[in-house]
Amino acid sequence: MKPAPFEYHCPRTVDEGTALLAEYGDDAKVLAGGQSLVPLMNMRLARPANLIDINRIESLAYIRDDGRTLRIGALTRQRATERAPQVSERCPLLRDALRLVGHAQIRNRGTIGGSIAHADPAAELTAILVALDGEVTARGPKGTRVIAARDLFVSYLTTSLDPRELLTEVCFPALPAGAGWSWMEIARRHGEFALAGVGVVLAARGGTIATARIGLTGVGPTPVRPAEAERLLAGRSPSEDLWKGAAEAVRAAVTPDGDIHASAEYRTHVAGVLTQRALREAWERVREAA
Amino acid sequence: MPLRRITLRVNGTTYTGEAEPRKTLADFIREDCGLTGTHLGCEHGVCGACTILMDGQTVRSCLMFAVQAEGAELTTVEGLADGDRLHPIQQAYWDHHALQCGFCTPGFLMTTVEFLNDNPQPTEREIREGLAGNLCRCTGYQNIVKAVAAAASTLAAASGARRETRTAAPSRATDVMAAPRKTDGTPAASQRPRHSGKTAKRRSGPKR
Ligand SMILES: Cc1cc2nc3c(=O)[nH]c(=O)nc-3n(C[C@H](O)[C@H](O)[C@H](O)COP(=O)(O)OP(=O)(O)OC[C@H]3O[C@@H](n4cnc5c(N)ncnc54)[C@H](O)[C@@H]3O)c2cc1C
Ligand code: FES
Ligand code: FES
Repeated sequence: MKPAPFEYHCPRTVDEGTALLAEYGDDAKVLAGGQSLVPLMNMRLARPANLIDINRIESLAYIRDDGRTLRIGALTRQRATERAPQVSERCPLLRDALRLVGHAQIRNRGTIGGSIAHADPAAELTAILVALDGEVTARGPKGTRVIAARDLFVSYLTTSLDPRELLTEVCFPALPAGAGWSWMEIARRHGEFALAGVGVVLAARGGTIATARIGLTGVGPTPVRPAEAERLLAGRSPSEDLWKGAAEAVRAAVTPDGDIHASAEYRTHVAGVLTQRALREAWERVREAA
Repeated sequence: MPLRRITLRVNGTTYTGEAEPRKTLADFIREDCGLTGTHLGCEHGVCGACTILMDGQTVRSCLMFAVQAEGAELTTVEGLADGDRLHPIQQAYWDHHALQCGFCTPGFLMTTVEFLNDNPQPTEREIREGLAGNLCRCTGYQNIVKAVAAAASTLAAASGARRETRTAAPSRATDVMAAPRKTDGTPAASQRPRHSGKTAKRRSGPKR
């Protein structure tokens, strides 16, 4: 038997799920797609006494477009999300990044909420949520609260969610009409965790950049939103020099660690290169849409 | 820990067993259903050897607990061949020397089933990306890529032929894998004859 013993709970509704979490709290773990939690349990790095399996809470799997935002139920599978027409239409950045989250076999089980709650420092979705100023909804003993992306990610694998709270919804704001986007990442093998990755959204006014949004992953304990680079781009006419300047500002904003996969210097350098490429591609898409 | 009663269907046969909640689906399939074609390499989601189909979609059976599959329809590598006749994807792997020790092969085959269902006419790059979640220590992948390309052509030719002769209507364009057929439940796990009920199986690929 790989994992340590646990008590298994299988709630059918959000109310049942939150009641179980209120009861077992610190001694419990929510099981969503299991693509991050079960490896940890199999290696006995995680040994929850109680496992609260939310896979039968059907009301948590949905994608709704409220006109401004895509509201995605926490249990919605990553694969279903990447294939949803609303996502292609309203937030193609999310679709493109999802295609690089692990492999199809992983995304068939892995959930949107699980990726956000797990907060892996190299996850794609966390960077996108931060870049778009998205938010999440959580339910706990004290009721329901909405948490902005910038207040959610605290450190490596750590969010501001309370262990007694169930993440119920993740909201990705739709891209503005006519905006260009790009997701770029570098990994050793297709589908592996990124050594560094960047998501970019450029909104245009005439021939100039109205606003730029940038989110980076793999280059620090939490996703990085390089404010200086975004400021530098806003209101300017696109050019290779501008992309280069933004790349430098990105390099100044990131604080990656080195590990066996790549050194800190490499990740910093690559974050800049990817930003330049992503800005170029995003602007091409602006022009195509115009 | 108390045991849980678990009932699920594998390759059209119903299995009932008892297991602790912490028993992985992969271990349940191997130890309680007696189907040892599903292999375990890493047991943390990386190698793909344990890949099976659950309700038609590939999953890592090492990353699920058996209790979670209660009521699910599973297909393992044992469900591909029709008696002694190999599934076209298996045949293509054989023809193109796409396996050496064979440890990774069940996972590759199940991945290929879903991949060709989703993308019946893949480019080589798409094949490589589609297989990236499975590791092979022997072949160097070249022949696996060739086998998948060949299987795609065989299946395309077969579904074209089927369309022309208007025989049994496949539910999906390529019908790489027919939906698991319904049979009566056979509770006994490991003592079950290996090919029980196989004759009733609806074949999906071309007869070779
Ligand atoms: C081989 C492999 C490659 C991968 N590659 C990538 C990659 O490139 N990029 C990437 O981003 N990810 C990758 N992953 C991780 C994958 O995306 C996971 O699906 C994801 O990180 C977690 O989602 P899950 O639904 O599987 O959550 P689980 O594993 O079930 O849970 C993860 C954590 O989140 C908590 N949690 C889950 N749902 C909730 C909820 N609703 N409320 C509160 N807490 C919750 C759990 O308690 C647990 O602590 C990979 C995984 C594998 C096995
Ligand atoms: S054994 Fe399941 S992925 Fe390696
Ligand atoms: S054939 Fe030996 S691992 Fe693939």
